[in-house]
Amino acid sequence: MNPAKGSSATRWLALYPVAALVVFFIIPFAIMLAISFFKRVEGAFFEPSFAIENYVRFLSPFFAKTLATSIGLSMAAAAIAVAIAFPFTYTLSRMSHRTQTLVLIFILSILSLSEVIIGFAWSTILSQTAGIGNLLAWIGVTDTSQAYTPSLLALLLGLTYLGLPYAVLVIYPSVSRLDPQLPEAARMSGASPLHSFCNIILPIMRRALTGALILVFVFTLGAYLLPQVLGRPQHWTLSVHITDQAIFQSNIPFAAAMAMFLLLVSLALVGLSLAIGANNRTNGNG
Amino acid sequence: MAERMRNGFMAIVLAFLATPLIVVAGVSVNKPKRLLFPPEGFSMRWYGELFTQSDWFNALINSVTIAFCASVLAVSIAMPLALYIWSRGGFPGRALFALGVAPFMLPPVISALGFLVFWIAVGPYGHILTTIISHGIFLVTLPLVTISLGLEAIDRALIEAAQTMGANRKTVFKTIILPLIRPYIISGFAFAIVLSLNEYIIAYMVAGFTAETLPIKIFNSLRYGYTPVMASVSVFFVVIAIVVFATVARFGNLPRLLGVERSNDG
Repeated sequence: MNPAKGSSATRWLALYPVAALVVFFIIPFAIMLAISFFKRVEGAFFEPSFAIENYVRFLSPFFAKTLATSIGLSMAAAAIAVAIAFPFTYTLSRMSHRTQTLVLIFILSILSLSEVIIGFAWSTILSQTAGIGNLLAWIGVTDTSQAYTPSLLALLLGLTYLGLPYAVLVIYPSVSRLDPQLPEAARMSGASPLHSFCNIILPIMRRALTGALILVFVFTLGAYLLPQVLGRPQHWTLSVHITDQAIFQSNIPFAAAMAMFLLLVSLALVGLSLAIGANNRTNGNG
Repeated sequence: MAERMRNGFMAIVLAFLATPLIVVAGVSVNKPKRLLFPPEGFSMRWYGELFTQSDWFNALINSVTIAFCASVLAVSIAMPLALYIWSRGGFPGRALFALGVAPFMLPPVISALGFLVFWIAVGPYGHILTTIISHGIFLVTLPLVTISLGLEAIDRALIEAAQTMGANRKTVFKTIILPLIRPYIISGFAFAIVLSLNEYIIAYMVAGFTAETLPIKIFNSLRYGYTPVMASVSVFFVVIAIVVFATVARFGNLPRLLGVERSNDG
């Protein structure tokens, strides 16, 4: 029973929020879509036209490589983050309410940290004078301390760090809903903990895990600072190039075209995850 | 044995998450103006410089102004939207919810570029107001999600009872709905403040050169020369986030806020 259903008085409620979102969110997107077909003009921003050359530029080997790097890195980061986050969150949800709250405060704090700060923190810990290089030299693993950044591995580490809190928070509600008696029942019927984890819990969690994988993937695909701080120029992702084109090359039409492309890739992935979810649900019912 | 392995695994993951922050905290108390860990000497001077060096202090003022105003704006949009969605439901409700969630779900660089072209087209490009409005729209999602969770938790029988007793809509809202969702409004507001403080790409694209915020300032220092102030600012940010989320957890049920329907109190 909806208490306010049918009354006209609630209709105006949506007026202001919808107007705000349309003016400041939908219209900017429409402008961006239009500009992605515009021509760049030297010395000015752009001039109206209908050119697909901004899109055709993607077909170069350079952008194919950029896209492949972006996607490969994000996929790896998403896989690692979810592989760590799932057992972590599962164990967490079985702990006391107080412990859970404390860990969640910590996870939320990390999640909300600026990419700038995460990049700075990781570049510090991988640096020559303040990082693990110092520690390794001190133990005697290496002769002198060395820097581990910028490198592909440093970037992957940073992206995983960035995605891990998101993965935990996406998995957390479904993991908490798992019937605590389920593994118990499996154990009673003679299944080993590993066996019950793989064959009972994992299938139930498939939707949440797919959701987490795709969210972390989309999220790290949007990373724009870590590639610049922890990676080399050849590791720059699409997001970095978008910012670079918009701000430093003043080529907003091309930046807009790349953003539209990134938008399509992200939407396709979100759609895919929804489709997988719907598919699983029908399978579960049938 | 299994217990010990589990705890060990939890400890390793938590250490992985904490180590970079510990190193930054160590670096921030260095005496010399160099990037060293373990720190050489102990000095709180870099924390003071955040407030005494005018460029850092200006960035701090910008960040706080933007975060506060943008979060007020986000809540002012999210609140009526959440109420509308909750009371109407159905397809329009779902569509509006998707519209409210979209700004935050897309890769932020896309929204950032959208805001940039919009402000260029409209005019006030580079003004701090553009950052405030852009952040406000970007962050609508957070109070929308928390307030919607709060509304869904309300027992509808309570409202029906009040209506049977003759309470009009305004009274029901003021005496039942508002008190029940207040913690959810506050936590949505708090989430928005913390994320606005930390947001970089939108602030940078719409007014990065005129309304410099702390994340922009940190990144510029990261590029053009190290100063320990960036380490002390980072620690400052971590502390703010922990304080805000701890406060939210103190006055509300954090697992519940994050979407858990029943949380075990064991």
